[in-house]
This record gives sequence, structure tokens and C-alpha cells, in this order.
Amino acid sequence: MINKVVSNVQEALDGVEDNMTLMLGGFGLCGIPENCITELVKKGIKNLTCISNNAGVDNFGLGLLLQEKQIKKMISSYVGENDEFERQMLSGELEVDLIPQGSLAERCRAGGAGIPAFFTPAGYGTEVADGKETRDFDGKPHVLEHALTADFAIVKAWKGDTAGNLIFKATAKNFNPLMAMAGKITVAEVEELVPAGALNPNEIHTPGIFVQRIFQGERFEKRIEQRTVRS
Amino acid sequence: MLDKTGIAKRIAQELQDNTYVNLGIGIPTLVANYVPKGISVEFQSENGILGMGAFPLSGEEDADLINAGKQTITALEGAVYFDSATSFAMIRGKHVQLTVLGAMEVSENGDIANWKIPGRMVKGMGGAMDLVASADNIIVAMMHTNKKGDSKLLKECSLPLTGVACVKKIVTNLAVLEVVPQGGFKLLERAPGVSVQEIIDATQGSLLVDGDIPEMDLN
Repeated sequence: MINKVVSNVQEALDGVEDNMTLMLGGFGLCGIPENCITELVKKGIKNLTCISNNAGVDNFGLGLLLQEKQIKKMISSYVGENDEFERQMLSGELEVDLIPQGSLAERCRAGGAGIPAFFTPAGYGTEVADGKETRDFDGKPHVLEHALTADFAIVKAWKGDTAGNLIFKATAKNFNPLMAMAGKITVAEVEELVPAGALNPNEIHTPGIFVQRIFQGERFEKRIEQRTVRS
Repeated sequence: MLDKTGIAKRIAQELQDNTYVNLGIGIPTLVANYVPKGISVEFQSENGILGMGAFPLSGEEDADLINAGKQTITALEGAVYFDSATSFAMIRGKHVQLTVLGAMEVSENGDIANWKIPGRMVKGMGGAMDLVASADNIIVAMMHTNKKGDSKLLKECSLPLTGVACVKKIVTNLAVLEVVPQGGFKLLERAPGVSVQEIIDATQGSLLVDGDIPEMDLN
């Protein structure tokens, strides 16, 4: 089997440069590639276009890159939990493309699947449809959306093997499998790295063909954004 | 009049047996606490779970298991996890029978605005646009007026739209209303202790009042 393993986060992110477009998996703080984000901050890479559903919180996740002003443009569906994000956006320091979450997911999937564009009903009649082609199907109007790809797609998985096959846990899955397909280079950071053959082929979520580099993350804080309990 | 819990309780009465339901963040999440006895409903959360359960007990929170509002949750027996494209395939492909979500404004032809106040609050639309463009059955849960006392049920939305001509039913702290095809809010029920006049005063859009309007029965 083709070996995708790299030794550490430095090797994993070798070649990431200023001005690149990155995809980062996660929903809120759930399933985010924590180790890679920390390394991106350390490397001081600038002028990034980041495609990620959310922007983290002020001092964790993508919020760390925003704090250091490393992001030029965000493509996301919801950024409500991050005050610094809202501030940078309202002041014009940060360019933002807010797109419907379903369209974001499907655009990433399409990017990895060789589908250049597709029609969706989401956003018709709203500013999301501004400047975009629309067409009726069965009497219902739809908006043309284009595929998204990235120079690097950085994803987080629960388990991965040396061939790059990935298994995700619970709702930490979210955008990771889709973005894994759409990166020119896909980097997977995993909690458990196992030899090829250790994972049941029936249980793998993302085939290793989509993954170029895999490494075991050194440390996962797994911060909880809204700790909510019942009494 | 109702509080948030009361609105959620009234909306829970709309749940049908053997259906899949998506609950938006805010008041809609509370609907899950009042599912009527004897009916089976599965809650879908856009971030990738079907069979969403209650909040966990203290000490049992799992950072990998959250709902659309980023709150920790549990999964029921028979639950399943999936990626975001599959999640929105369920939503866009009309496999979810009911969507409940909040709003800042609803217009008398069923337009909804709930994602942006230009220059002030731009949190983003999340999954709302996909949900309202796809669901055949949409119930809005909201206060009848905003913090300034202005009506949220309008002739026309002033805020950027989330969807057009899509809202079917609205439950507020004052009333249950239906959006009628020819345009207008038809008053169906009054909240306990609330008069028809109060509802008329709080509604800027066309309000259709036909005959005696019953009080909500929350028991």
C-alpha cells in the first residue's frame, strides 16, 4: 500500500505559503485540526484565504489565525461565536464570503468529485444569489454554484492508517470528509495512527486515495464551546 | 402571553408521529423537550447526527458530540452520524418533514429574514437558507415584537432575506398564525390571557381575523 505517513506537523505543512487557499475541517470547535492550526500560527503564513464552516472562537481554532491577522479572506457559513471576526469584518480588514452551509458542503464535495458546478434552491431570492445564474427546474428557481478546491485541505480524523484511510468520530466528522476530497494536497491529523490493515475496510469513511499526508497529532485539547448539561 | 418555553410547548403539539424534524438554534431547540407521549420523532441536526438526544449529565459531556448550536448533546439508540454533504442531502432532498427555526422578521407573503442586520450583526446564515428553500413544512418560533417593541410580522421584510415565500406557520409569545397563499397572516389562536386587539396592535402586516379566536391549549 502507498505510505502517506509524515513524521510531524512541520512535515505535514511543508509547502504551505503566503496567499494560498486552505480548507479547514470542523464545525465550531468540533473536529478542527488543532495541531495544524497551531503550526500555521507559528509559521506566520499570511494573506490566507480560509474555507471553513466557522471561524473558531476568539482564542481557539481559526480565531488564533485571525488574532495574528494571517487571514485575508474567509469563506464560511456562520461566524457568530467570534467577536474579533465580526470586528475585522465590519471594519473591512477581513474579506468575507458568507455562503449557505449546504452549498458550502456540496461545493467542497463537487470540487473533489470533478463536478464543476451545480444548481441548488438555497439562497434564491436573497443576496447570496446576486450576480449568479439562476434557472427553473420543475417550476422552482435554483442558483448556480461553483465547486471549491484548495491548495491544501487540512482535516482532522479520529483514526487513520498509513495508507491514509480515515475514520471520524460522532459529529467531529462534519466537513472533514468533503474537504479531504477537495485539496490539491490533503493533510490529515489523527488521534490514532495505525498500520494499514488495522482498520476494517467496511468501516472506513474516507478512502486514503484522497489523502496525501497523514500524521498523529501531538496533542488534542478538544475544547467544548457550549458545555450544556441537563439536571 | 407565553415565554420561550411556552412557545416551544405549543410548537411541540405540531409534531407528527414517525417524522424527521430539524430544530434551529435558540427557542426551537427547546421543542425537543416536549415531544408528546406516544409519538416517535427523530431529530436531525445539520452538523451530522440523526437521533439527537437530550443534553448529557454533568461529567458526561463529549467534545465530539454537539448540535447545530455547538451545545453538547447525547445520541439515542439507533442514532447515526454522517458528513455535512449527506446532512444537507437529507435537508435539500426533502427527507426532513418539519423545520422549526427562529426569525427576526417574517413578511405577510412568507418571506423570512434571520441572518443579518447590515452594519451591525452579520453572523451568517448557517444552514437556514438550505432549510427554508427545501422544507415543505416550516414553523417559525419567535417573539411577536423585537426589543424596541416593533412588530416582527411585517408587510415586507426590511432586513436581508433568508428565503422567499416559504414560511407556513408562526408561533409567537402572543399567537399562532398561518401565512395564507393570497398573502396575509391568518390568526388561528391567542396565547393564554392575550386579546385579539393586542395581537392586532403588535402586527404590522395584514392580519386576518375571522370569527372567534380560541385560546391556546397547552395541556
